[in-house]
Amino acid sequence: MKHDISLTVNGDTYHLSVEPWRTLNEVLREDLNLTGTKLGCGSGDCGACTVMVDGKSVSSCLTLAVEMDGRQILTVEGLAPSGETLHPIQEAFIEKGAIQCGFCTPGMELSALNLLKTNPSPSDAQIRSAISGNLCRCTGYNKIVDAIAEAGRRIKHPSKARR
Amino acid sequence: MNAHSIIGKDIPRTDGRAKATGQAIYADDIKLPGMLHGKLLRSPLPHARILSIDTRRAASMPGVHCIITGQDIPRVTYGNWRLFPGTQDEYALAMDKVRFIGDEVAAVAAVDRDAAEAAIEQIKVEYEELPGVFDVASALATGAPVVHDTSPTNISIDRKIAYGDIDAGFAASDYVREDTFTVHAVSHAYMEPCACVAQSDLDGRITLWTSTQTPYIVQCLLASTLNMRENDIRVIKPNVGGGFGGKMELRPWEFCAAFMARQTGRPVKFTLTREEELAFGRRRHPMTVRSKVGFKNDGTLVAKDLHIYLDGGAYNAMGPTATFLSGNFGAMLYRYPNYRYLGEHVYTNKPPASAMRGFGAPQTLFAAETQMNIAAEELGIDPVEIRLKNAMVSGDELPGVATISSCGFIESLKEVRRISGWSRKRKTLKPGRGVGIGCYSFISGGVFNWFNTQYPFSAAEIRAFDDGTVHLLTMASDIGQGSDTVLKQILAETLGLRMEDVRLTAADTAMTPQADLGTWGSRVTLMAGNAVLDAAGKIKERLAGAVSARFDLNVIFDIEFADGRVFAAGKPDRGMTFGEAVAFVQKTQRGEPLVARGSYTPRGKGLVSPAFSFGAQVAEVKVDTDTGLVQVEKMWTAHDCGTVLNPMAVEGQLEGSVQMGLGYALSEQFVMDGGKTLNTTFLDYKIPNAADMPPGESVCIDTFEPEGPMGAKEAGEGLVSPTAPAIAEAVFHATGYRCKDLPITPEKVLKGLGKL
Repeated sequence: MKHDISLTVNGDTYHLSVEPWRTLNEVLREDLNLTGTKLGCGSGDCGACTVMVDGKSVSSCLTLAVEMDGRQILTVEGLAPSGETLHPIQEAFIEKGAIQCGFCTPGMELSALNLLKTNPSPSDAQIRSAISGNLCRCTGYNKIVDAIAEAGRRIKHPSKARR
Repeated sequence: MNAHSIIGKDIPRTDGRAKATGQAIYADDIKLPGMLHGKLLRSPLPHARILSIDTRRAASMPGVHCIITGQDIPRVTYGNWRLFPGTQDEYALAMDKVRFIGDEVAAVAAVDRDAAEAAIEQIKVEYEELPGVFDVASALATGAPVVHDTSPTNISIDRKIAYGDIDAGFAASDYVREDTFTVHAVSHAYMEPCACVAQSDLDGRITLWTSTQTPYIVQCLLASTLNMRENDIRVIKPNVGGGFGGKMELRPWEFCAAFMARQTGRPVKFTLTREEELAFGRRRHPMTVRSKVGFKNDGTLVAKDLHIYLDGGAYNAMGPTATFLSGNFGAMLYRYPNYRYLGEHVYTNKPPASAMRGFGAPQTLFAAETQMNIAAEELGIDPVEIRLKNAMVSGDELPGVATISSCGFIESLKEVRRISGWSRKRKTLKPGRGVGIGCYSFISGGVFNWFNTQYPFSAAEIRAFDDGTVHLLTMASDIGQGSDTVLKQILAETLGLRMEDVRLTAADTAMTPQADLGTWGSRVTLMAGNAVLDAAGKIKERLAGAVSARFDLNVIFDIEFADGRVFAAGKPDRGMTFGEAVAFVQKTQRGEPLVARGSYTPRGKGLVSPAFSFGAQVAEVKVDTDTGLVQVEKMWTAHDCGTVLNPMAVEGQLEGSVQMGLGYALSEQFVMDGGKTLNTTFLDYKIPNAADMPPGESVCIDTFEPEGPMGAKEAGEGLVSPTAPAIAEAVFHATGYRCKDLPITPEKVLKGLGKL
């Protein structure tokens, strides 16, 4: 039996009818065609599917869509303020070499946002702890850590940190 | 000569924006109208004869459009070693027998994933279970069950290398040491599970979007297994979420998607789960490495006798190459005047091992480097000194196998000793702390044409436009390593253009020039880079001619390409913009566009590789002798990758290698019960996370590789090898426990210290 839900994703509200076993990840990727959110393991171990729900990061592969009725969801597609302008986290990821294959990137960026919105000046250890649920097999993480620190500086001092 | 304006700079990767915004399309992101979803039925048994398969009930289930088994498909085997058809031992779906838990038996295409999964559960397969072999020793025992009838001994392929006089070498040695090392299987653990979408075109041709490192290989093997012509198959590589060697063969789901798309007339998608990847996927070869070395008392190497058994699992996959390369890597780094190698690839009833980052080097070099450290200890020589004494240098030869061109190994050893504070730390670190060294050499692409391609190894086409832009077409496959960016850098630098002036189309077998063997063996920068330079040289020649004619220049004048202009050297006013020069050429050929094709195939470079990289790594560890836990405090690396085309990209490769090497050394392993893989999630299969990573420091040794584009060679794949032996030696230095059996688990450390 399907359930009627409405959820708001990146500012757009959708009215959907979903089976109770379907995950938020499936609904985002398959029903809403928001394929920026990835699926790396399906068991909440890799973080590639990370999105924000009401301002907190969650694994969309472990979140049932029916629970999302009335919630505000942010995915990687909603991170940049416009098609022309990137979010400081995205800018820093690109410039610091934090992206290789890119499959962990959307989830990594949202975990970074989850950290920086409460702590724009995190220590190295705080950054590593904040992304320890996001696995990356390409970069060895160092450039991701650098990028998150740089993004924090840009969020705090938008003009000063620019190159 | 102009200084480089793009080469050697930290150019951010050009697909960064698409990836940072979630717009980059990977195979599973593709959705086509009417698309069906595929699912594989896999064998629950490690070794069994298939007696019958009943699909009737499954076929009648709602939403099911197609079910296929081995009986429905052409009886054509495939495998990457096309040059030797006898090695091609796989069917897309099992015909008569299954050989590992996970062997593909049937496939379903249905309207959605749920319907496909429900149908899979209703397929009834009757098996006659056979006894299995789960390690090399039992596979080689007299009367052992036979995995493939074509290999009654279970040895599918062997490889020998020999030069010098091995017996005379040991006779002349003062110190002879023999050890057996065992190394384990690990997962590529690329973040993107494999996926593909196949479509049958209106004219019956197949288009396949697939997460692959080798579109051309998939194209050819898909054609042969479908009984179609190669040109009737189009393989397109979308963005790929990592490969590390695990995505370089034709895979059953690619075949099934194409076959069922043709049968149903609808697109078919397959996406693997992480559980399928970990439980049934390709993995690095476990090996048993028996190594005997002979030295003079002063530490000079005299002889090495190496015998390796590769535990290949149920099929050859890339095992023949690993068997071949392990013998080469065993002879690298040092001068072994007398050398003998025998490698034997053994079938077992486990998921097939195949290519994985390092391709024989992590295993062979763990053994070689650990044994070098043991010898140094026993001969009373510092581990760095004994390496310096025997280090390969430029011009060295492995007779009949390879010649070393550029080589910065000695410099790497000296640099890593300096930056790590090696000499002081070896003497002064307290018990429980230690430093250790490991080294590597690696190939820059392979020479031996096992795929039997009829095309150049790599090719490029450049189209130049009168608006000052160029379009580069290449089949080279960026799977995250950044080759698209580096190839654009090479082209932009050569033509004096900016990065944004280069448009790139890559890895589409119907559109990009034939051919390219794909991304493996660290071949792309060198081979595709050379193909781009070849094509760019032809474009430059035409444009130089145009400028020379337009300004009536003396034929001896050099023509320069810089800042978007083409002009006489030293006389910038005698020239024009790149676009004007293109327009001029185009006029001279009555509108025909300016296009050039280039290619690269290694010639006269032995059997193995056109170039070799070198490096050395030092690890510092802290070992808790109560818990056995090893903590890596810092890693220092000095490596020679020739000209560094993009420092940020090279660093990224190095840092990623450390992560994979660290996992190989300490935390990653498959836990097997017979043929069954027990740890099938990332919770139980532990790849290092951000908090597990040690800080690092690195130096690139400045060398110039004559065979490489602008002097470049391999960077980042070989670096996965030195980490485990460096950590193992550091653990020995810290505690006296010598690991000869990876991974270094707390349990082994405690046992080694007599505490368990």
